[in-house]
Amino acid sequence: MANDETKIRAANVDAGIDQATGSFSVIAPGQSFLSVTEKIVRIVLTPRTPAGWFALFSVAGGGVVVLMAALAWLFIKGTGIWAVTQPTAWGLAIVNFVWWIGIGHAGTLISAILLLFRQRWRNSISRFAEAMTIFAVVCAGLFPVIHLGRPWLAYWLFPLPFTMQVWPQLRSPLMWDVFAVATYAVISLLFWYVGMVPDLATMRDHAQSKFAQYFYGLLALGWRGSTRHWVRYESASLLLAGLATPLVLSVHTVISFDFAVSVLPGWHSTIFPPYFVAGAIYSGMAMVLTLAIPLRKFYHLENFVTARHIDNMGKVMLAAGLIVAYGYVMEAFMSWYSASHWEAFAYWNRLFGPMGWSYWVLIVCNLVIPLTALWWRKLRANLAFMFCLSIVINVGMWFERFVIVVTSLHRDFLPSSWGTYRATRWDYLTYLGTIALFVFLFLLFVRLLPMVPIHEMRAMLPAAKVKAEEAGD
Amino acid sequence: MPAREKIYGLLAEFDTPEELVRAARQARSDGWRRMDCYTPYPVEEAAEAIGAHANHVPLITLIGGILGGSSIFALCWWISVVAYPINVGGRPLNSWPAFIVPAFEWTILCAGVSAGLGMLALNKLPEFYHPLFNATNFRRGATTDKFFLCLEARDPKFEREEAKNYLERFHPNSVVEVER
Repeated sequence: MANDETKIRAANVDAGIDQATGSFSVIAPGQSFLSVTEKIVRIVLTPRTPAGWFALFSVAGGGVVVLMAALAWLFIKGTGIWAVTQPTAWGLAIVNFVWWIGIGHAGTLISAILLLFRQRWRNSISRFAEAMTIFAVVCAGLFPVIHLGRPWLAYWLFPLPFTMQVWPQLRSPLMWDVFAVATYAVISLLFWYVGMVPDLATMRDHAQSKFAQYFYGLLALGWRGSTRHWVRYESASLLLAGLATPLVLSVHTVISFDFAVSVLPGWHSTIFPPYFVAGAIYSGMAMVLTLAIPLRKFYHLENFVTARHIDNMGKVMLAAGLIVAYGYVMEAFMSWYSASHWEAFAYWNRLFGPMGWSYWVLIVCNLVIPLTALWWRKLRANLAFMFCLSIVINVGMWFERFVIVVTSLHRDFLPSSWGTYRATRWDYLTYLGTIALFVFLFLLFVRLLPMVPIHEMRAMLPAAKVKAEEAGD
Repeated sequence: MPAREKIYGLLAEFDTPEELVRAARQARSDGWRRMDCYTPYPVEEAAEAIGAHANHVPLITLIGGILGGSSIFALCWWISVVAYPINVGGRPLNSWPAFIVPAFEWTILCAGVSAGLGMLALNKLPEFYHPLFNATNFRRGATTDKFFLCLEARDPKFEREEAKNYLERFHPNSVVEVER
């Protein structure tokens, strides 16, 4: 027992915590421009790649091969190898799509919304949260395309003039989805890259090998830190943040329209847009924690990703989780208050129908465990606990989408058209394959690009502020 | 004057942003105009000191957003009313509220792309060669931990020896001539 307590205390010892006062700080004291730069640059520009990286990379690479095999078989045989059929025409593919795109939302939240709110603690986690967004969008974007049946005609989704005079139906939420997700992918990529340009210049100037100098030199576009450039750069960053904020709120709103605009009981609900957005932020923050806690440990980033970050993310998750809980309660309330027989049955079926177990998994994972635990600061500062909790929330959020998609579809208005749903091995392999793809891309990012925004870290140091009297004011 | 054309300018290196800002302010009030500061992170005071206010990124973003949003709205209307009219449950062909969503998304897309690419274009990037990269201390420090003030040779006040003595007054780490 005493041993356990010391362990908890040892886990709480953090460079960002002042031992005397117990207060948190965003960046550990005693850092200089050079030390911050070298710490982050050396993670990438080292001749030695950690063995653990190779181990994970080979596992993830193997998973990507599995994904390729699953997709190849899908393209040969068609979507019949999945469990999608009437009445459950939307199966795991759409569950995974919504899950992945939701995960992406936290990256934009951290990089854009928290930037507008001047939450400076976001700086050190913003870069890899944005990377997470992009890779999650890559995984998400895959699903609607491979679900098409004829994925080689995916370009028909766009209003292009060479699709034999057939134009897309722009009144359909599924088309809105195309616009929302495509915009989200492009803007996230642009925001990520623009934010990285000054750091790529730092990499270029620190690289020793010719190849690395060319590689980072090309990516850095010749950035040289001119003040005139910085003025425009700052203004572009702020504008991109301002544009990404309504965008991130709109993307999951539009995705919720896919469901809410239809007349199916369990889908036809006005609470869906805010409840989807909150759920997206909830799961995305959990994924940031899933990535940040091991990264911080393996790359010794304790000085940049302090306990305060973990604590703050815990608070954001608590807030988002409470909104999600409100969504669940409202769904239950409306199924009674609407006095609609179909709504009431859909809700009863969700709780006690043949797939009712999935609802209880989601309640336990999304509400019972996190929304009781996250109130305690001690638990929020406990890294091992937060890591496990982030996995629990991600499982819970996957089941939330499963419940919405599958349990609503499998029993609609007419009992004669009822069916059941049991995912096939190809459904699961494709899902696991995208997780591997996500890890694979993320490992490449961690190895090749600066994962903490170096120039923003420099600007946060005490020495960065121009003291008025010394500057001759 | 051929001698003047050989060098790009004189580059003074400082350790702190305060020294840089003080030097830049003084230089501007002494009539220098063709100069620039180089810092490893954005220093607002340096921008004020050299009078770098011109910034057309917001305007470009606004134009991009308006063009993007209005053009996709027009495209939606044209597709639904002219090119491929489909009667869905008796709703009017010009069901414009449905077109707001694509128009909204495209507004953000075009505005964001204009902001990012506009910023790069106004900064004349990519520009892989620049005379300043010839200075070894610039390559080592400008993107890491040093602060630079460059008086450029195209300034009418520029006279090599005089400018060098002028910069020395601010006690920089070094003053180097940057070759073209």
